[in-house]
Amino acid sequence: MSSVPISAYLTLALILFCIGLYGALTKRNMVIVLISIELMLNSVNINLVAFSKFGMVPSITGQVFSLFTIAIAAAEAAVGLAILIALYRNRKTVNIDEMNTMKH
Amino acid sequence: MENAWIIPLFPLLSFLFLLLFGKRLKETSAYIGMLFTLLSFIYSLVVLFDRFSNPTYKAEATWLTIGDVQLTAGFEINQLNALMLVIVSLVSFLVHTYSKGYMHGDDRFHVFYAYLGLFTFAMLGLVISPNLLQTYIFWELVGAGSFLLIGFYFYKEEAKAAAKKAFIMTRIGDVGLLIGMILLFWQVGSFEYDEIFQAVEAGSVSAGMVTLTAILIFVGAVGKSGQFPLHTWLPDAMEGPTPVSALIHAATMVAAGVYLVAALFPLFTASETALMVVAIIGAVTAIFAASIGLVQKDIKRVLAYSTVSQLGYMMLALGSAGYVAGVFHLMTHAFFKALLFLAAGSVIHAVHTQNIEEMGGLWKKLRITGPLFLIGTLAISGVPLFSGFFSKDEILIAAWAHGNTVLFWLAVIAAFFTAFYMFRLFFMVFSGNARSEMKNVHESPSVMTFPMIVLGILAVVAGYVNTPWFGTFLGDWLVDGNEALGHGHIEGPAWIMIVATVVSLLGIFLAWMMYGKRSISRDWLSSRMPIVYGILYNKYYIDEFYQLSVVNATKFFSYLFHYIEKFLVEGIVKGITGVVQGLGRIGSKIQSGQIQGYGAMAFVGLALLLVIFAITGGYLK
Repeated sequence: MSSVPISAYLTLALILFCIGLYGALTKRNMVIVLISIELMLNSVNINLVAFSKFGMVPSITGQVFSLFTIAIAAAEAAVGLAILIALYRNRKTVNIDEMNTMKH
Repeated sequence: MENAWIIPLFPLLSFLFLLLFGKRLKETSAYIGMLFTLLSFIYSLVVLFDRFSNPTYKAEATWLTIGDVQLTAGFEINQLNALMLVIVSLVSFLVHTYSKGYMHGDDRFHVFYAYLGLFTFAMLGLVISPNLLQTYIFWELVGAGSFLLIGFYFYKEEAKAAAKKAFIMTRIGDVGLLIGMILLFWQVGSFEYDEIFQAVEAGSVSAGMVTLTAILIFVGAVGKSGQFPLHTWLPDAMEGPTPVSALIHAATMVAAGVYLVAALFPLFTASETALMVVAIIGAVTAIFAASIGLVQKDIKRVLAYSTVSQLGYMMLALGSAGYVAGVFHLMTHAFFKALLFLAAGSVIHAVHTQNIEEMGGLWKKLRITGPLFLIGTLAISGVPLFSGFFSKDEILIAAWAHGNTVLFWLAVIAAFFTAFYMFRLFFMVFSGNARSEMKNVHESPSVMTFPMIVLGILAVVAGYVNTPWFGTFLGDWLVDGNEALGHGHIEGPAWIMIVATVVSLLGIFLAWMMYGKRSISRDWLSSRMPIVYGILYNKYYIDEFYQLSVVNATKFFSYLFHYIEKFLVEGIVKGITGVVQGLGRIGSKIQSGQIQGYGAMAFVGLALLLVIFAITGGYLK
């Protein structure tokens, strides 16, 4: 167990984060964008857990913190999907390119 | 006298009333104007008689306080002001009456009367002002009234140009007046005439400053009174209706310059140089304008140059410390020149031309105008027993007594010219054979002849208020209680009177020989000395000279600045707006409303920041 170095965790988290970021910035479907954001959140969770074990000052706080994040992410996903459905009912589309009313 | 402030308000009321209801009243407007100016005149007479027995009355109220300085407005009834009130309101009333006949049938009849009211208000306000600032305000109002009246026939190009010219040229003079006024205020700390005189008398203003301010104020008078070299607007102003010429360009507005110098006389006497300048300008103008008047062919232009010349006389008198002579001539001139203009208007009304070469033989046809014109001509020529004789005599004596020998002889020659061109005018218009094409010549209606008769009587008798024979009532009264104004009567050698008489009779005789009896050929001058004739006929090419020098230079500079404005300044402005607009356009393109774009931008920015931080923080080494 302890043979896995911290850099592996961090690299995994980095890769996940980048995939999430890429998806969030490029995908046109809002559902996918939402999923990508979840991915980014989870990569952060990996970081938190990894540092709570291998950090300079190992502490349980990191794991507690990641639990909080997961809880909040769940709430956020619920709210996000609710908004999405509201938007869909309003616009009859989930294409993010057409959600540009803030411009005007 | 306490209520003299009401005098200028009557014409103002007339102006406002006609402005509001003139359109409905049409030609009944004349009665409104006449009524109000008559009220002014009657009250002015009351004030004048009141002034005979009472001292100067002055009332003022503060209307603006800036720090320690209090600006006041009010009125002052001293001798000069009381006299001016009567002259202005009388001539104004007569002109109002006369215009009823002269302007009959004009579409803008009521507008004409409204303007007359405005002008009369301004002029009456001017002559009772107790301080320079108030004088200046009315001074400009007078200019505005004159502008409106000269340009009354605004559909004529010449009238439009003349109105603008009059306004701009007097404005050039006004700049001098304004600067002089400001300098005086700076030195004395007050606009009040009394305080200025006290400061000058006490010597708290340096001699150089007195001279400078006096000359600058005189520049204002030069512009308004049509003195050389700012005289060119006055003959052009003849484009206005003839009653206007009689009111503004004979009796009142052009006399305002003379009035201003007279009102500030103690300031001028404090500086010998300033007096000398006034005298020289006056004498030069007198002879200069008279020589132009010798050859002009337009009846009103001859009178206009004669006005310029006579105003020069007044300035000469004031410049020779002849306060009484100047004011006296101002008064007599107002009467006989207004008479001449009204009579000229009557002639024009009858024959519908202003060219004297096309007139002739009108003596028998214009039974009333003719003798009245003759009275005016005799008065202005200085024939004994007429008013002009006494006042001109006073001026000559003043010039002689002050030691201005050269200027004295200039004035004598100018008197000769005056007699000559006035009788040339008279003979050309009234004597000789009647023109065949002028069959329907008829005398003017009585509403026009009545004012002329009144002025005719005054042109004869006005001189007797101040004669060396029967007593100098006017002179003694004018300077009473004010030593700064000089003596009521200046003693002069008796031969001056004889010379003046002989000279004017000579002028009349010569005119009669040339234009009455015709024993000397008419083109004697033009055939023998065509160059001189050409110069005189073209008014010494002053207008052309101004056109070439001042006007063209001004145009050059205005075009220069116009193009600098257009290309340099606007170019810079356009460049700046272009840059800003470009930036804005780029900015607005970035603001696409696409949340993903914003996100990408934020990410790139963050990445850049990290890179910069890594490099500058030295983490890459």
